[in-house]
Amino acid sequence: MFGEIHPIYAVLLDKLPLPESALDGQSVPRDSATIPPFRRQTPGSEGFLHGRAQVFYHMHDDLNWAIGGEAGDGIDSTGKIFAQALSRAGRHVFTSKDFASRIRGGYTAYKIRTAVDPVQSVVDRLDVLVALTERTVDENLDELHDDSVVIFDGGRTEFEDYDPPQGITGLDVPLTELAKEAGGTIMRNVVALGAVCAVTNFDIENLDESLQKRFGSKGESIVENNKKAARLGADFVEENYDNDFGYDLETTDNDYVLLNGDEAIGMGAIAAGCRFYAGYPITPATDVMTYLTGRIDQFGGHVIQAEDELSAINMALGAARAGARSMTATSGPGIDLMSETFGLVATSETPLVIANVMRSGPSTGMPTKQEQGDLNMMLYGGHGEIPRFVLAPTTVAECFHKTVEAFNLAEKYQIPVYVTADLSMAVTEQTFPHEEFDMDAVEIDRGKLVDEDEISAWQNEKDQFKPHAVTADGISPRAKPGTEGGVHMSTGLEHDELGRRTEDTDVRVEQVDKRYRKVETAEEQEDFSAREFGDPDSDNLVITWGSNEGALEEALGFLEEDGYDVRVLSVPYIFPRPDLTEDVEAAESVIVVECNATGQFADLVEHDTLTRVDRLNKYNGVRFNADELAADIKDHLEAQA
Amino acid sequence: MSSDVRFTDFKSDKQPTWCPGCGDFGTMNGMMKALAETGNSPDETFVVAGIGCSGKIGTYMRSYALHGVHGRALPVGTGVKIARPDIEVMVAGGDGDGYSIGAGHFIHAVRRNVDMTYVVMDNRIYGLTKGQASPTSRSDFETSTTPEGPKQPPVNPLALALAAGGSFIAQSFASDALRHQEIVQEAIEHDGFSIVNCFSPCVTFNDVDTYDYFRDSLVDLKEEDDYDRHNFEDARNAILDANKEYMGVLWQDDDAQSYHESHGLTEDMSEIPDGAPDGAMDLVREFY
Repeated sequence: MFGEIHPIYAVLLDKLPLPESALDGQSVPRDSATIPPFRRQTPGSEGFLHGRAQVFYHMHDDLNWAIGGEAGDGIDSTGKIFAQALSRAGRHVFTSKDFASRIRGGYTAYKIRTAVDPVQSVVDRLDVLVALTERTVDENLDELHDDSVVIFDGGRTEFEDYDPPQGITGLDVPLTELAKEAGGTIMRNVVALGAVCAVTNFDIENLDESLQKRFGSKGESIVENNKKAARLGADFVEENYDNDFGYDLETTDNDYVLLNGDEAIGMGAIAAGCRFYAGYPITPATDVMTYLTGRIDQFGGHVIQAEDELSAINMALGAARAGARSMTATSGPGIDLMSETFGLVATSETPLVIANVMRSGPSTGMPTKQEQGDLNMMLYGGHGEIPRFVLAPTTVAECFHKTVEAFNLAEKYQIPVYVTADLSMAVTEQTFPHEEFDMDAVEIDRGKLVDEDEISAWQNEKDQFKPHAVTADGISPRAKPGTEGGVHMSTGLEHDELGRRTEDTDVRVEQVDKRYRKVETAEEQEDFSAREFGDPDSDNLVITWGSNEGALEEALGFLEEDGYDVRVLSVPYIFPRPDLTEDVEAAESVIVVECNATGQFADLVEHDTLTRVDRLNKYNGVRFNADELAADIKDHLEAQA
Repeated sequence: MSSDVRFTDFKSDKQPTWCPGCGDFGTMNGMMKALAETGNSPDETFVVAGIGCSGKIGTYMRSYALHGVHGRALPVGTGVKIARPDIEVMVAGGDGDGYSIGAGHFIHAVRRNVDMTYVVMDNRIYGLTKGQASPTSRSDFETSTTPEGPKQPPVNPLALALAAGGSFIAQSFASDALRHQEIVQEAIEHDGFSIVNCFSPCVTFNDVDTYDYFRDSLVDLKEEDDYDRHNFEDARNAILDANKEYMGVLWQDDDAQSYHESHGLTEDMSEIPDGAPDGAMDLVREFY
């Protein structure tokens, strides 16, 4: 079956009788002549694989698992079931997805890194792979290693003449046949999960709750069939293979929640009192909308799907002017369209939250790939000059916190606030202790929203309300419709304190200054600081923003092993942002890490600190891996030395 | 709502800068009178306007208002009304704003059927930019950008609205003050999206679609005894009539559910608690 002889691999023992139900005999000829005798695994043997794997696993506390196939193979939901099972078993989970912008075909994969300790990044290593297509193996060749286990279905067309690459343990499991036995071929992936449980010494019962959660709505018999399918997969591996592959998924009693960045943004919005969401579907921001749909309604809110992003931001603007906490979410192409109305939002001093889940650009770019390329667009997009805030959460949990903060900032300073995540963060499911999302700690600050009793203080001698009153802190009062005495208009034209058009040169300057004064006030009143970690005394400073934080934190471990000390500043505030001048001046070498080609944040650091910095950029469409990032930083430090 | 509201309460202290004789004066007066007549007050009314001569209406009227970007007034009105079902929403725009740059939003606002009133000041010309063809200009209407005319048929906004499933489609004339006010009043009272295409002549740049033209040619449906605004055949025939232009309510569907009705929206979304809403912890539990 495997053709040529390979130095390291183990396959099904040819002498072991295969269950008749599992194989039709002709699709997977198991020929002992093709198996290198010294690598052969026999039941109960203390063979090569066994020993190696144990040694290997001692080196790593994490397991890296993936399922890959074509779009339409149910990769995503299968991955999610396993991720949930791991989370419920008290293990930390960090997931990533390889996917293309298509509904069927191509290559798609769901990857999970799991450990007892927190995991916040992916690494270039794959330990257990469920391959539904041969391409899945090819796509991951450089991550597979001598102790990797690949589970595949020899009965599937793609694997008829399958020839596993050198050094990989291939486990042929008749996924489709076993699924049929459990009640339907559709459960093929669940059979594979069962096989995975056997390979990783993960109690099959851990899957049950996830299966219940996934299939419960389809009826108890479906759930039972899936449980059976999982057990058939596990049993097959245990009965037919040496069941010690050296992997052992320890469980704990910890309670974790598992969610992705888009969901965290959506949950943060509801927690912050957001009641109105208008959006237009776009990868990878759509999940914010699908999360809110049906959920925000339970809190008296509403999601509306607009005809385009032009409309979405205008609807959100309308709801905000009506006094509701309002938001929209989109990605680069949508930001382009929204930039028309963005200026109106800002100059009419309307509180609005815009989540920008970045993907690779320009134009349609690589819609399903990672990039942090919209930073300049968010900072400077639109004609003329107008302040806006840009927050960049650095973890999935921070997506929640920064969204809550964004709503408060938006209302306090009557300003549009971007919350920017990126594709890899948006689709990454990550575990956190549930205490991380403490709803009791959520505080709502509506800023200078005035009621009828307060309104007279903000009226002129003709009892007209002044929505753009020039104040010391730059912040004016805000009256929502229905407030007696608060009647006013807002406009995209330059306006006076009443909100009426003006071309008066003095008033123009007054209003521009007032709007920028809000930024100064925010800088005084808010804490826009960076998160620091690593060695505080190191001369090597690495600065990053957004979702690179996790990979960088883990990269520190690798760097430390190699004798490099590094101080890291992870910046979640792009504007207003912390002043890093002292940090940059104190360091001997400064590297700015970001997922774009030109170093947009590095430009800001240079601008702020008047110091040249070294740039570490990745723009191939894939997020930084911890081990890769460590190697890159090492290279940069050595080049500078 | 207070019953002692007069239409002048809807008038701001800003004097309009429209050309003397502009149809927009009459259009706006009718809107203010209709709002007062239907029991609305400035404190509880939100007017959204786009860009163009018509866009200035938010400045000259007195109410909560937003003067937005070109062509996007309807989405703003949609957002206001969904967030605040208690607020009366009126959207004003011109033919360029509504049927050219905002044509996409127009179609979708019609089919969404959010309860608001859309008054389009249709003068069949771009006035503020000094006389270019608009989407409703005649195909042989000569302008600075179309010296031999646009050579394309004008948009029929009423037909677009009918095709998009509109529930209230009307046409009025700025100079016929009583009828215009009456029609806008009916539009306000309609539970759903109402479009009133109001002929609002441009005395400076349009010497074809003049007061005289409309006065002589418009057929008032109120005087057509056998016309039934609830009869789709009647509506279709009148709206697609190539030889006549009509004034009045051409189509009204009383059975169409408004967006608020079909989505069960009644709450004032501007009121929120001081902390996370009750039950927010359930959202976290979902992720176990």
